[in-house]
Amino acid sequence: MSEQRAVLNDQTFSIVDEAERARHLERIWAEPKGFIGWFKAVHHTTIGKRYMVTAFVFFLAAGLLAGVMRLQLAFPEAHIIGPDLYNQIFTMHGTVMMFLFAVPMMFEALSVYFVPLMVGTRNIAFPRLNAFSYYLFLFGGLMLFAFFFVNSGPDRGWFAYVPLSGPDYGPGKRADIWAQLITFTEVSALAVAVEVIVTVFKLRAPGMSLNRIPIFVWGQVVVSFMVIFAMPGVVVASTMLLLDRTAATQFYNPAVGGDVLLYQHLFWWFGHPEVYIIFLPGTAIVSTIVATFSRRHVFGYMALVLSLIATGFIAFGLWVHHMFATGIPQMSEAFFTAASMMIAIPAGTQIFCWLTTVVTGKPVLKTPMWWVLGFFFVFTIGGMTGIFVASVPVDLQVHDTYFVVAHFHYVLIGGAVFPLFGAFAYWFPKITGRMLSERIGMWSFWLFTIGFNITFFPMHILGLRGMPRRVYTYPADAGWTVLNQIQSAGYLFLFAGVSLFLWNVWQSLRHGEISSPNPWQAGGLEWATDSPPRPYNFLNLPTVNGGEALWDALPDQPVLTGLHEDVREIVTTRIHDAEPDGRDEMPEPTIWPFITAVVTTALFIGSIFRPIAVSIGAVPLAIALIGWFWPTREESERRKRRDIWQKS
Amino acid sequence: MIFSAISPLFSGHQTPLSPVGPQARHIEHNLLLIFSITSIVYVIVIAALTYGVFRNRAREGFVPHTLVEDPEIDRKATLAVGAALGLTIILLLVMMISSFYTSHSTAVLAQAQAIKIDVYGHQWWWEVEYPIDEQPYRMVRTANEIHVPLGAVVTVHATSRDVIHSFWAPNIHGKKDLVPGYQNDLTLQVDEAGTWRGQCAEFCGLQHAHMAFDIVAQSREDFDRWYQQQLSPAPEPASSQEAHGREVFLTHACVMCHTIRGTTASATVGPDLTHLASRSMIAAGTLKNTRGNLAGWISNAQSIKPGVRMPPNPMPASDLNDLLAYLETLR
Repeated sequence: MSEQRAVLNDQTFSIVDEAERARHLERIWAEPKGFIGWFKAVHHTTIGKRYMVTAFVFFLAAGLLAGVMRLQLAFPEAHIIGPDLYNQIFTMHGTVMMFLFAVPMMFEALSVYFVPLMVGTRNIAFPRLNAFSYYLFLFGGLMLFAFFFVNSGPDRGWFAYVPLSGPDYGPGKRADIWAQLITFTEVSALAVAVEVIVTVFKLRAPGMSLNRIPIFVWGQVVVSFMVIFAMPGVVVASTMLLLDRTAATQFYNPAVGGDVLLYQHLFWWFGHPEVYIIFLPGTAIVSTIVATFSRRHVFGYMALVLSLIATGFIAFGLWVHHMFATGIPQMSEAFFTAASMMIAIPAGTQIFCWLTTVVTGKPVLKTPMWWVLGFFFVFTIGGMTGIFVASVPVDLQVHDTYFVVAHFHYVLIGGAVFPLFGAFAYWFPKITGRMLSERIGMWSFWLFTIGFNITFFPMHILGLRGMPRRVYTYPADAGWTVLNQIQSAGYLFLFAGVSLFLWNVWQSLRHGEISSPNPWQAGGLEWATDSPPRPYNFLNLPTVNGGEALWDALPDQPVLTGLHEDVREIVTTRIHDAEPDGRDEMPEPTIWPFITAVVTTALFIGSIFRPIAVSIGAVPLAIALIGWFWPTREESERRKRRDIWQKS
Repeated sequence: MIFSAISPLFSGHQTPLSPVGPQARHIEHNLLLIFSITSIVYVIVIAALTYGVFRNRAREGFVPHTLVEDPEIDRKATLAVGAALGLTIILLLVMMISSFYTSHSTAVLAQAQAIKIDVYGHQWWWEVEYPIDEQPYRMVRTANEIHVPLGAVVTVHATSRDVIHSFWAPNIHGKKDLVPGYQNDLTLQVDEAGTWRGQCAEFCGLQHAHMAFDIVAQSREDFDRWYQQQLSPAPEPASSQEAHGREVFLTHACVMCHTIRGTTASATVGPDLTHLASRSMIAAGTLKNTRGNLAGWISNAQSIKPGVRMPPNPMPASDLNDLLAYLETLR
């Protein structure tokens, strides 16, 4: 392998050479054109953009559903929508926000688009799997909405507790559809988790040793591992539910020795880490934006990375705090109280490090930074109310009330959506090549922030005045009416804020100021290439000399050469020090992931109605996979000739 | 001080912050301690952030090239962050120990002398039994209204007949889930006479919103009187109208689901109606128990509580009138 090791080379190329190479690489890496070509695309920027747009559309849809709920709750004993539709809508709102927006956006979309750029490689590992994961996510979401529009939307809550969702109390196909949506999203999340881990562990730019990986990338790696450990819990829970419902198993039937609490344990084993899966990318965005706009390296890099990893571990020790009221023995409740409060230590560490970065830096107040300031203001409240729900006795009072609704909207909107809008403002020029309007951006920031607090802050009070969650209406004499009306009014501000954001995107895409490769003078590798990036990402593969690649670059920072440019060749590096240790070829565009996703979708949806669909569907699925992995003689021989990583 | 200022916001018959029993009181103290600590920390963090941002912020309208970094300042900052983290850990310990203490305090009421009450959750009402003498013939069975003597320790044994529900009367104690296949105990004590409202706190289907109950705390004498009253079977009709009303009850769908002790109606699908007229609410806390509401409920419960198990009962007005007259005798 040694003679094959790619060499670091600091020779300079002539301009003519560069233009020639750029044209050549463009041809090798270009995405296929045309209608069919659309379904063949495998580049991470293409798939990443699709993930972003799709997940954002689901966000808007779930937000509109929230508006219907706020309308219904604006008046006591209202009959605007009945309990049946209300239950479908609140279930859809939660399910779509969690499974079709938050995780796909914060984890899949952002990591698919940015991680390969940030580690300085030309595509994500397993790009065809990546395309497959996107189509599966898309089809799962479309299936859910299709069933919702024919009045078969799930109506058992986003948690679908048994026995309410079981065969005896959940008639129709609604709960099955929910359980199968989980299957779609977990498969796509698991696929992306594997891609991200391999991309980060094997495809980093030379020099990007573990202690130089950008914090955003660290966050996504931690999240990937969490996805791999958490998803099996919900896989088992939802599959057993589906089996109980369609194949007459009795996992959750207490009458014959099944156990309804088993479901809750399995669900929350996934469900609690899920929260961190959603907001760890948010905190990683904050670390990135804070550093860029405070004009310094982020304070306490090591502490921040260790906090991310610690959060990843502790997240798996908290699930029972969703179950304090179920009659868990007091001793184990105490353990989970302690674990739940312990999570405040890494969270506090992160807050203090960002605070120090801002205080010792020179903050530049652009919209991304404003969103981060909004994040501090909002998310910290969510963190504080988290201590209320971690305490068993207090939780017994606030659990399943509007206090908890307020808490997790402060955590999730504060911890994910605020950083996400910050991320849009920050990376929009990288993705599109144009700047977002600062002026409209500030308007939408303030509308959103004010609207958010009007909508959600009174929920704390409402919960402490005794209003339970998930009720489609409430008595007129309960003293909850005015607070509910304030909240419903707040929704209008949120609506205006998000609409203005959309307008900003629309306008800026057409008339926005053209962006330079690095408009914020930031330090990450994603800013070392064109805006938007070419399909080969980097003309000259970069090397890294510090935590912020561009800020710490030497005046004559070398680039990597020596790769074959007649195929999609990339360099692989060692996990710990990112020294080059080999080469690999990235696969070409192909239609097979799309076909496989279509077949898988048919199998999943069919199994809602007939379990035998799994067996029947396995046949076309096998055919599709054979097509996907069919080796070509040319490629095999080239790989052998060049002695590069073999597909073993 | 702050608390006395904001406490009127939280008064009422269904709020955790105006406690009427020792458990809710302990929890309130715990909650206020956590509230105080977290609020102060929050204000400090946000103040530090605001100060830092506005003191140091760049005046240029663009992002400057230059970085600002000073190892000396960073060294000092490391100490500050370490100190802040140490303080955080101490405060967390304080709140944790306070929680353990509160958990312990809410569980140590003397249970030997406790009055036992069995509560069963149904979609969407509460079945309540008083096995006080543990003799079946002296069993009081009622629905959606739990009477307890003032100052007495009461143990609620709770489980569910169908899906998971959660028993929650916030002025008295935190919630406890009613889980099919499990029996959960909740010990409580009410120190203030009155009617305290509770509500199902675990999503349980269509009418989760209309699944409330009352806890009526009364003096020992009143409780005993109520209990003796509840033990008795339904009175015989005193007039021909009431007699016809009973006839209507026994010949319509009512008898398929309800019990009236002293008659042949003995189904247990719906609430026991032997002492219906003694209860202040109907339909699990949805409506006041008035003649008009009862008439509407019997005629078409679905229009009031869509999805409820009670079917519409169309009948001639005279029959309905007589039925109501009979039901009103069930004190």
